[in-house]
Amino acid sequence: MSTTTPVRTVPDGPEDERPRGAEEHGRVSGGLFDPAQLLKSLPDAFRKLDPRVMVKAPVMFVVLVGSVATTVLALKDPGDWFGWAITVWLWLTVLFANLAEAVAEGRGKAQADTLRKAKTDTVARRLTGDGAEESVPGTELRVGDLVVCEAGDIIPGDGDVVEGVASVDESAITGESAPVIRESGGDRSAVTGGTKVLSDRIVIKIMTKPGETFIDRMINLVEGAARQKTPNEIALNILLASLTIVFLLAVVTLQPFAIYAQAEQTMIVLAALLVCLIPTTIGALLSAIGIAGMDRLVQRNVLAMSGRAVEAAGDVSTLLLDKTGTITYGNRRAAEFVPVKGTTAAEVADAAQLSSLADETPEGRSIVVLAKEKYGLRERHEGELVGAEWVPFTAQTRMSGVDVDGRKVRKGATGSVIAWVEERGGRIAEDTRALTDGISQAGGTPLLVAVEEELPGGKSVARVLGVIHLKDVVKEGMRERFEELRRMGIKTVMITGDNPLTAAAIAEEAGVDDFLAEATPEDKMALIKREQAGGKLVAMTGDGTNDAPALAQADVGVAMNTGTSAAKEAGNMVDLDSDPTKLIEIVEIGKQLLITRGALTTFSIANDVAKYFAIIPAMFAVAYPGLDKLNIMGLTSPESAILSAVVFNALIIVALVPLALKGVRYRPMSADAMLRRNLLIYGLGGLVSPFIGIKIIDLLISLIPGIG
Amino acid sequence: MSPVLSGILQLTAVVAALALVHRPLGDYMARVYSSDKHLRAEKWIYRLIGADPGAGMRWPAYLRGILAFSAVSLLFLYLLQRLQGVLPHSLSLGFTAIGPDQAFNTAASFVANTNWQSYSGEQAMGHAVQTLGLAVQNFVSAAVGMAVAVALVRGFARSRTGELGNFWADLVRGTVRILIPLSVVGALVLVACGAIQNFAGIHEIGQLTGGTQQVNGGAVASQEVIKELGTNGGGYFNANSAHPFENPDAFTNLFEIFLILVIPFSLTRTFGRLVGNVRQGYAILVTMGLIWLGFTALMMWTEYAGHGAALQAAGGAMEGKEQRFGVGASAIFATTTTLTSTGAVDSFHSSFTGLGGGITLLGMMLGEIAPGGVGSGLYGMLVMAIIAVFIAGLMVGRTPEYLGKKIGTREIKFAACYILITPTLVLGFTALSMALASPPGSILNTAGNSVHDSGAHGFSEVLYAFTSGANNNGSAFAGLNANTPWYNTTIGLAMLLGRFLPMVFVLALAGSLAEQKPVPETAGTLRTEKPLFAGLLVGAILIITGLTYFPALALGPMAEGLS
Repeated sequence: MSTTTPVRTVPDGPEDERPRGAEEHGRVSGGLFDPAQLLKSLPDAFRKLDPRVMVKAPVMFVVLVGSVATTVLALKDPGDWFGWAITVWLWLTVLFANLAEAVAEGRGKAQADTLRKAKTDTVARRLTGDGAEESVPGTELRVGDLVVCEAGDIIPGDGDVVEGVASVDESAITGESAPVIRESGGDRSAVTGGTKVLSDRIVIKIMTKPGETFIDRMINLVEGAARQKTPNEIALNILLASLTIVFLLAVVTLQPFAIYAQAEQTMIVLAALLVCLIPTTIGALLSAIGIAGMDRLVQRNVLAMSGRAVEAAGDVSTLLLDKTGTITYGNRRAAEFVPVKGTTAAEVADAAQLSSLADETPEGRSIVVLAKEKYGLRERHEGELVGAEWVPFTAQTRMSGVDVDGRKVRKGATGSVIAWVEERGGRIAEDTRALTDGISQAGGTPLLVAVEEELPGGKSVARVLGVIHLKDVVKEGMRERFEELRRMGIKTVMITGDNPLTAAAIAEEAGVDDFLAEATPEDKMALIKREQAGGKLVAMTGDGTNDAPALAQADVGVAMNTGTSAAKEAGNMVDLDSDPTKLIEIVEIGKQLLITRGALTTFSIANDVAKYFAIIPAMFAVAYPGLDKLNIMGLTSPESAILSAVVFNALIIVALVPLALKGVRYRPMSADAMLRRNLLIYGLGGLVSPFIGIKIIDLLISLIPGIG
Repeated sequence: MSPVLSGILQLTAVVAALALVHRPLGDYMARVYSSDKHLRAEKWIYRLIGADPGAGMRWPAYLRGILAFSAVSLLFLYLLQRLQGVLPHSLSLGFTAIGPDQAFNTAASFVANTNWQSYSGEQAMGHAVQTLGLAVQNFVSAAVGMAVAVALVRGFARSRTGELGNFWADLVRGTVRILIPLSVVGALVLVACGAIQNFAGIHEIGQLTGGTQQVNGGAVASQEVIKELGTNGGGYFNANSAHPFENPDAFTNLFEIFLILVIPFSLTRTFGRLVGNVRQGYAILVTMGLIWLGFTALMMWTEYAGHGAALQAAGGAMEGKEQRFGVGASAIFATTTTLTSTGAVDSFHSSFTGLGGGITLLGMMLGEIAPGGVGSGLYGMLVMAIIAVFIAGLMVGRTPEYLGKKIGTREIKFAACYILITPTLVLGFTALSMALASPPGSILNTAGNSVHDSGAHGFSEVLYAFTSGANNNGSAFAGLNANTPWYNTTIGLAMLLGRFLPMVFVLALAGSLAEQKPVPETAGTLRTEKPLFAGLLVGAILIITGLTYFPALALGPMAEGLS
């Protein structure tokens, strides 16, 4: 007869569905927990039974020892079905714990395999001292070597472009198929080994030793090989170990008490009690939670170089965000046409549009767009205007415009346009200065529009028509996002090179808490140190070489993948998508990791109450009939009660694997609200659910003939 | 007035008095421990012991001070008892030297603020031992507990320093400025109400029934007041606070309950003041208060609701309780004395209903933190708060922090060691005692019965003895004859280890906290001054500590009380 019918309980506890939509875009789609993974990871789970591996997780090691002990006892008395049943379920408990870890690692392994494909052995074309090329295997490159890559070549190692410009396919790492430009000098010089040059020829200076390249580190990271226990995980392990010792003590000392009460217990029952009491749920899932946390970052194309950084992300209380690209769209846009006295807005719009047609800069295009959207001016093409003479925008003139039908229309920086008008003896409307100052103070950039028209008398007169208000456009939803962060207790600081006036206006509009204007790398560094001196943890993003010291100083430094090697080396995370907004997501993932750990610990400890109520009356109701009153679940028989508790204890691990891998649902809210919610679900749920679960298992076991 | 109503009114009176006093007393104690000035008397003491009260001590130095002081006290107390036989009659009352095992047990007991008494005061200890030895330890062992608590609080309050203050200054101030003045006032009240205070000898008194009875005089009131105030519990007489010379009437009974609770509860205010946020102190106060009230209510319920005609007629379980106090006041006293590390009794805990006895046991098993012994209650509760913060703090998505200090690997290591100690001592020694063939012979209730019949109660007696010793409570379940070499030695060890090992970890923890830089509070920080946290802390204490002892409790009081 078998007592090990695979009974599945559905604990009414902490199943959480996390909306996954946001992360489907990642390079690795496998965000959802797939039950088939359990089966696939089974061999690994068995491999992890090695005591040398198990000893690292003290709680599960105790269960392993218990399983071995009950096996020996069951072998001694092979006719005892109860002994065998307990033994089997104790082994299953250990196995389920290993399975959880194996599943978590399995997801990383698949990613590592993809990466390994990119890391095929390459032949590098190394430049020798006299400028000649020699072919050497990629593995023999040393730091400082210069190699040449041409269209079609795989870049043999990490380095910086020192000569030339090329488009590079980095999809092997980022999953992004659009090629990127890599050029010598500046902040876009870093190339990664394993990526492919699509066009042109570049000379690369190798910056890392073979075997320590970015792709090697990535493989190690996603595989979990480089995974070290994080400080909080170690601390939690210490607490769990001490709880295990306490319960070990409670069980070991129980036997003399029981003998005194003339209710001596078998070793099998004591082993069962011990395994039920020690925090196996969290002990089994702890490392899976950690691995899955890193994995969630990888799915968002962020590589954390250490688990410590992920934990730190949860603790961050100051976020340094670059204005451009994070808070505002990269470029200024025209927002308004303001006429000076004596002209109309429509007039300004018309002139502004005309003068901007030859301006291919984003600002110029935005003027054309605004004119169309706001004044219904159809976009005219350069070819449409016969005899027009175009004046394209240049950095020297800082103006663009057109000469057509005797009209000369110009638009450009305030100073340039005023100079242009004055040169022609034209008139500057007296309110011009006031208008431009007003725009500056509001955080915008004023551009002037001027025209020189031939009067009927053949005399031509120049005048300023109006002002174009260029402004930084804050991305939609940023204000709400910062509001959320504030509720979570995180202060946002906007970093910008703008002057304080402009910065203040944008900061106000975006709703950040503070800003750093005209920021130099030194200013950034000083700000980080100041915040840290106050005990705050600081997160920032950066890409340039001059960001590197600040990235290294910050507790969470996210380097953009497009950035320089120095920046990537200094930060403790790399964002493959180079999306500075992701910092906010990283913080949320860090928090989610910690919450999952805390929630499952609470759940695990709260579980014990019910198990006592199942096992203690089963052990002692014979000696002291009064103790049967503790059997509030009304479990069928002592054997069935103890077995049910053990079975529940094992199955709850499997039931919680998806939660451990996905993380508990996280929504930005205050600490109070979050604590209340999680205590209710995981504390109270952990208290109540085993009563129900054990009762159900007991009912099912009692149905097995010969037991109930 | 019904007995139940009277019980409730007395409880209300105690709560009201505590509510009134805890703020001014807590604020006063905060000033005592943070002031820069030294009283003249204190300066003399510092000169005498050669201490520099201004020198800041790191935690190892602070610990060395405690251990050195306690070792000297232990030795002095041991020798005083061993030499009692050679003292003049006026000092020894003619009592002979105490045996080595009992002298060790008693010395350990009083130095560890436990006051477990395996002797009968009026039949063993003369004036010298009582007044120069035991009474002195009642003051200083209490002051040591308060010093450790203050050192831990300083660990939270201070930053970027390893210094926790000066042990000698804390010890002397706690004694001179807090315990002695309060004791003087308290002793006057007790004397006014009829407690005795003299150096009279032993009187032979004829009884109504014809026999004679010996009645001792002594400095009872002064010892009584510090016995309660310093949560010591060692009675002048064997009957402890059930003796009319120690506790004459219902009012003194309530007053003594008040004395037991006043410093432990007020220290929460001191804590709040010293960490610069009185609301943090309130959260700890509420946590302690909830457990204390809950236990008292439960105790009253089980004692009033005693089954059987005799109990109903008496208005509750009156066995082992004094007529002049009744069920209600005895219940309040019993939970108060076991939830603090006092151990004074005004009734026989062994005679409480099975569940009532279990409540006194569980009260001690929680680690005596609600409100706990003077000082030891606060530091015990703060360690539990650290454990609760560690688990719950994770659930708000930050690595845990309490009072602006991170609870990292080092901190949790010390806290985890702390919570390991008492269960190890209690369960280990109880298991040894049960496993060894001879010691259970001491169990009173087995005499004449088969072991099995009274097994549960007999087991409770042994469990109680070690729970009381390791938690530094000192109350006895009675029944167990603990004056045997085995129990004198093992309980003595349990008391010493249960007192000083936790202090090692508390001070190490304090040192580690004091070195940290503070983490500023933000909206994302776990609010430890909110009711939610107090509730969580209560739950964590009951589950983590309570669950450890569940099997043992099941075989003792539960087996007895549920049958």
